[in-house]
Amino acid sequence: MKNLPFHRRKDVRLALRYLVACLLVVIFVFPVYWLFIISFKTPDEIFAFPPVWYPKSIQFSNYFVLFKDGDAKTVLNSLILATVSTFFAMILGTIAAYSLVRFKTGGENLAVWIISQRMMPPVAIVFPVFLLYVYFGWVDTFFGLILLYTAFNLPYVIWMMRGYIEDIPLELEESALVDGCSRWAVLWKVVMPMARSGLFATAVFTFVFAWNEFLFALVLTRTEVATYTVQVTHYFGGQSNFWAKIAAMSVLGTIPVFIAVATMQRYLVRGISMGAVKG
Amino acid sequence: MSDLKITGLHKYYGSFHAVKGIDLEVPSGEFTVLVGPSGCGKSTLLRTIAGLEEASEGTVEIGNKDVTWARPGDRDIAMVFQNYALYPYMNVFENIAFGLRARKFPSAEIDKRVANAAEMLGIGPLLKRLPRELSGGQRQRVAIGRAIVRDARLFLFDEPLSNLDAQLRDDMRVEIKRLHQELGRTMIYVTHDQIEAMTLADRIVLLRDGRIEQLGSPLDLFERPANLFVASFLGSPKMNFIPATLSGNIATLSDGTKLLLAGKREGKAKQAVILGIRPQHIALSGKRVATGHAQVKVTVELVQPTGSRVQVAFPLGGKSIVAELESRGVSKPGEKISIDIDMARAIAIDPQTEKVI
Repeated sequence: MKNLPFHRRKDVRLALRYLVACLLVVIFVFPVYWLFIISFKTPDEIFAFPPVWYPKSIQFSNYFVLFKDGDAKTVLNSLILATVSTFFAMILGTIAAYSLVRFKTGGENLAVWIISQRMMPPVAIVFPVFLLYVYFGWVDTFFGLILLYTAFNLPYVIWMMRGYIEDIPLELEESALVDGCSRWAVLWKVVMPMARSGLFATAVFTFVFAWNEFLFALVLTRTEVATYTVQVTHYFGGQSNFWAKIAAMSVLGTIPVFIAVATMQRYLVRGISMGAVKG
Repeated sequence: MSDLKITGLHKYYGSFHAVKGIDLEVPSGEFTVLVGPSGCGKSTLLRTIAGLEEASEGTVEIGNKDVTWARPGDRDIAMVFQNYALYPYMNVFENIAFGLRARKFPSAEIDKRVANAAEMLGIGPLLKRLPRELSGGQRQRVAIGRAIVRDARLFLFDEPLSNLDAQLRDDMRVEIKRLHQELGRTMIYVTHDQIEAMTLADRIVLLRDGRIEQLGSPLDLFERPANLFVASFLGSPKMNFIPATLSGNIATLSDGTKLLLAGKREGKAKQAVILGIRPQHIALSGKRVATGHAQVKVTVELVQPTGSRVQVAFPLGGKSIVAELESRGVSKPGEKISIDIDMARAIAIDPQTEKVI
């Protein structure tokens, strides 16, 4: 060990690795840090040069403004839309996937057609949908957006759940049938628990898709159910940008996703790798 | 009374005809084994009885009730699967109790029944464990526990031992036999292993290509096979088949050896046959030749000791014949020995129809 040149020594190499890792973490985490820190700064600190790396005192005034003006309600709207549409997409998608796998509903082609729906760029249908929604009076309603998000996420849920359900040994279901379970009971007592990791992983992705959705929300909402992604764009002006609001709103918009991913992390990793093996 | 009656059962998968007109009646309390080579339709037949496959034609009655279109859960059956079919997220107790919970049994009754089944199978101390913490043999016991706890009219086993190693398989076979004696329930057991079939069955149903080739007690099938297939499928080592010419009772082999068959035979003079002789029905010659036995001198070609017995191969009638002899006094390759064939238990098969004459 002692005879090794300096750069080949084990401890030195380890230290180098940590150094590179730390550097990468700093590079990737810095923008997030900067966003957080801006949201707690006073206007003077935001525009100060040289930049203020950390504020002298944590200011919540940027957040107070968002809540006072009712802008924060858009985060709640997003939360309702994403949660409810994820819930329905997961239930309907899992049932549909089960049917595709176990009863070969529609043969192989139906499954491919379903996923092809996901490939369609939203902009292709946003105006027909808008006209339809105006006709039915669904513009700027929770119902309208939940319906759309559910429909838009269904292909993804069906496709993912199809893979996970295919991995469940058929004998487990047959054994439950012989034991006196109905198909619905089999779905609830065998398929759901067996596909739990995949279920959670898919749900997180579905939630994030709905959470980040912008185009439909922009076109189909006004004031009642405007989402936070739409709200953030209001702070970018032609003349000036409301950096404090942008930062505070972005932080508010990050928290639910952060919580969702953090709590589901265990299932997420297993679920994604299960899917990866399936290909 | 019969617990199971199958009439004119057919099963098609698209254009593939898997089960071709099965009629079968299983008396109450009998242990019936469905056996045959892979692809013979035995598992399909069992799954149709269970309701996991729909019958294309014909009827299935369980306990004198037509269940052809009934759901699996409404057939009063319990089933043990090849891959155990245990729920990995439930402990042993919950796995065994699953069927009872699905049928909404009161929890006191569930506790009692699970405890009984666990005791019967010697898995009492494992009730709190998860399936992944069990060995293969223990898992199969739990799977059997899941079935017996239900106290169903009909127990179905779909190759339950084929995932276990040889030693464990022997142990579990004894266990299943004992269980059948204790419970006295009707059991239908699918296997491709003829030893399992012979040792477990009250009655064997031997299938090939979706049809029943022969049905009877293990000894019946072993001693009195109906055709070439049955004769060759059962028995280890396999029955010897030697082409011969039969005239009256005398079979002449291609090398000129003459063997006298037992029983009275009439028919055409000089009929080509296949002579079937089990290796177990050949012995080293004693001083006297018993009635119905034939003595032949042969030259030993190959010797395979199996412990208590030894398998000896020698040419006879243009074929290599295997005999299972006692270990004592066995010979080396090249040695000339005199053997005694029990011709009363030999069979003659028509090469055209492959039926035993």
